[in-house]
Amino acid sequence: MTEPLKNSEFGAALLNAGHQMPAGVIGPDGAPAPKRFNVYRNNVVVSLTEALAATYPTLQKLLGEEYFAALAREYIGKYPPKSPVLIWYGQELADFVESFPPLSTYPYLADVARFEWAWLQAYHAADQVALDPAALAEIAADALADIRFRAHAATHLLTSSWPIYDLLQANRFGACSPEDVDMKSAQSVLITRPDIEVVIKPLRSGGHEFFSALINGETLGLAAGVAMEKSSTFDLSANLSDALESGAFVEIL
Amino acid sequence: MKNKAMSAAVVAGAVATAVAGLTASAPAHAQAKEKCYGISLKGQNDCAAGPGTTCAGTSTVDYQGNAWTLVPKGDCVKYGVDGSDFALPDGRKGSLEELDRDLPKA
Repeated sequence: MTEPLKNSEFGAALLNAGHQMPAGVIGPDGAPAPKRFNVYRNNVVVSLTEALAATYPTLQKLLGEEYFAALAREYIGKYPPKSPVLIWYGQELADFVESFPPLSTYPYLADVARFEWAWLQAYHAADQVALDPAALAEIAADALADIRFRAHAATHLLTSSWPIYDLLQANRFGACSPEDVDMKSAQSVLITRPDIEVVIKPLRSGGHEFFSALINGETLGLAAGVAMEKSSTFDLSANLSDALESGAFVEIL
Repeated sequence: MKNKAMSAAVVAGAVATAVAGLTASAPAHAQAKEKCYGISLKGQNDCAAGPGTTCAGTSTVDYQGNAWTLVPKGDCVKYGVDGSDFALPDGRKGSLEELDRDLPKA
């Protein structure tokens, strides 16, 4: 009687090309079946690579299909899926890219991946009705500085040392040409989904600090103060317009 | 945090400006869309994104009842009802809910 095959051994051998086929994998004739195992192993890795490509289309475009597939293979060996749900696979890819030595001369790629992960989270977040701007008009003027907001479940912020908004506009959404992207600029973006489609808004000066504070439950007056401290050109009414227009918040608290 | 909050008067002024600006221009969700079932030609349905949900363009019959297309909010119910811009053949209508007509044969 042979030892029963352990799940963990089978899994490790599946995701790492260097591993031997575990003992106990046999065909209908009872003999070890390395060819069958390799076909299965290949299908698993290819399907996970396709899942990563579906989540990270811009990263794949920037790296090229071949490089992306090779990167994915490395990633899959190191970070096997923890859930059977493919939309939740690949969360660590940005950090993996950031610490992947061959890509160290392309430091903006990790933020591209962070953006794409946030986009997917916003896409699949719960539906919520965005705050009606008229609700603000009903609050007494002297109470406005003390209000707080509840963020929409789909709202994500991303701040980058790179022109993250322009990079995505050029390479994912086709809204401008890659030649127009100024790699010396730094951008922050707000990603949310007030309705069916994901909304992406480039943030103004001080906007990242303002939105972070509001999302963390600080009062409007304090959030504005924090943003002002960071950026002397912070424009509160323009940032509020961004917040209301994008549907980043659902409720006044 | 020990940062100094912005004064109530300044905040109130900015809120007033922002709210007035928004109501003067188009409402925030004027261009909202809705999912409309049963109106897309085969292979032309819209879909989600991300792995496991890549079904765009996978409907296999015209006007497939469980396939949808994004249309401007309010337009869906006009399909099959409201004149030549929204014409559908054989009395079909657009629907905000999934339909069990025109399903591909299993």
